[in-house]
Amino acid sequence: MDTRSGLRAWLVSPAVLVAFCICVALITVFQYSLRAYVPGSLDVGGLTLANFTGLNKPIYLDAFWNTLLLSAETTVLSLLVAYPLAYAMVRVRNRALKSFILIVSVTPLFLGEIVRTYSWIIVLGNNGFINTMLRKLGLIEWPLELMFTHLGVLVALVHVTIPVVVLMLATAISHIDRDYEKAAQSLGAGPIRTFLTVTLPLSMPGILASVTTAFAWTFSAFATPQMIGGGRVPTVSTLVYQLGFSSMNFPLAASLSVAGLALTAVALWGLGRMTRRLKAVGGH
Amino acid sequence: MKIRSSLPLPLRVAAPALVCLILAFVLLPVVVVTMASFNDKALLTFPPQTWSWRWFIRVFTYADFQHGFRASLIVMLWSSMIALVVGTGLAIAVKRMAFPGKDTLQAILLSPLVIPHFTLGLGLLILVAQFRVDRGYALVILCHVMLVLPFVLRSVYVSMENLDERLEQAAASLGASPLKVLLTVTIPLLAPGLFGGWLFAAIMSFSEFTASLFVTTQNTQTLPVAMYNYVREFADPTLAALSVVYIAVTASLLAFANYFLGLGRVLNIEDNH
Repeated sequence: MDTRSGLRAWLVSPAVLVAFCICVALITVFQYSLRAYVPGSLDVGGLTLANFTGLNKPIYLDAFWNTLLLSAETTVLSLLVAYPLAYAMVRVRNRALKSFILIVSVTPLFLGEIVRTYSWIIVLGNNGFINTMLRKLGLIEWPLELMFTHLGVLVALVHVTIPVVVLMLATAISHIDRDYEKAAQSLGAGPIRTFLTVTLPLSMPGILASVTTAFAWTFSAFATPQMIGGGRVPTVSTLVYQLGFSSMNFPLAASLSVAGLALTAVALWGLGRMTRRLKAVGGH
Repeated sequence: MKIRSSLPLPLRVAAPALVCLILAFVLLPVVVVTMASFNDKALLTFPPQTWSWRWFIRVFTYADFQHGFRASLIVMLWSSMIALVVGTGLAIAVKRMAFPGKDTLQAILLSPLVIPHFTLGLGLLILVAQFRVDRGYALVILCHVMLVLPFVLRSVYVSMENLDERLEQAAASLGASPLKVLLTVTIPLLAPGLFGGWLFAAIMSFSEFTASLFVTTQNTQTLPVAMYNYVREFADPTLAALSVVYIAVTASLLAFANYFLGLGRVLNIEDNH
């Protein structure tokens, strides 16, 4: 018994240490959000709520609104795009085709934000792929404004979010018992009706998990709004970076992060409530 | 076969077409960046008028990229190995033993999946600034351990689910100590899952950008941070060339993992029925 508890301590204590570091980092952010900013110094003054009341300015409210809107839009669009892909990946019978879809949809996940965002700059830029192609086809005379716009950031964010959503949906779809679908069909339901009334509701756990993840990931995206938005699509992440590095205003950056965390928590809580009802619809 | 043939004709054409369209969207930036990387001119134009390898040569000779590659390799190896050891230990303890605070501990360790990277990066940055500690490799590695640990945990959990506990019980009943059971039965049986978890952690660490931007200095600047700084200074296709190298290496690693490990099994997306 003694060796077992000794072993347990060895197995668990490194994880406790990492958890401790995560907590310390987060507590530091919380603590700084409540400290007065001393211009030109890394040291901070006494306790204050000024940082949070300071957030009540158009520039910060705008950033919050942009971030929320982008997260919501990205979540919905990436779900719509990723579902057919995940479905095909799980249900295609040809092994080579299955592997191809898997590699194509998963590889972007591991490329990191920089490579993916940079590639989108080349696609969206004034002399980029889309504008050149449209001009060559004679459809436009002047380049469309895609860089530094909400739409450009949104397209790139959807692309960034697809792989993880595909994976989560594929997990859910692969765990659906095919007998339910066969039963529906033997009772006379067509393929569309079978999909809408059996497959889709049964994949609801994956859809719900994807919604949460897609939302949280988009909320924390930095490179994409920073590089494609170029300062004209301010989000919480880009402002935190600006405040932290350009102005060295750690307290305000911290309070913006805390407000962002609070907003994420509220949004995820709201989604959780909404989805509990959806789960009931799914019959689970 | 029956299910497929019962699909109405428009749907039988439309469904594959839709999937192809989505795949094209996913692949579009990859194709475009590849074309751009062979463009001879320093300005991006489509399609390239003249072709050349010069940007690829610049990728391998540019000092910041060489240094960034080395830094990323150091951070990746340390953080993925530490995360693997920490994550495996915890996953085994969680699945096989009882201890107080189990759920809280797991919740904290999985939280970097939803907590923005910039928040964790900012926290660590403030912490070292507060205590006037120099930002070295240790800080970057610690940061990456926090960020990649959830992926290792997930991967080991999945493998533990598929592990027959009776094998461990058999070894124990034959007199093996808990440590011996762990080292000679549990860990060898988990090996493929552990490798998969380590690989994901390593790739994730290698391409992590946002938190790294906060915790690195000129000296510990990782490759993604060096790439970000490059775009801000230059507009030539060097970064496109580097992206192509990046994509090629990552895709072959994943194809390799798929061939030998069955990526579907590691990611838990095999069709079970």
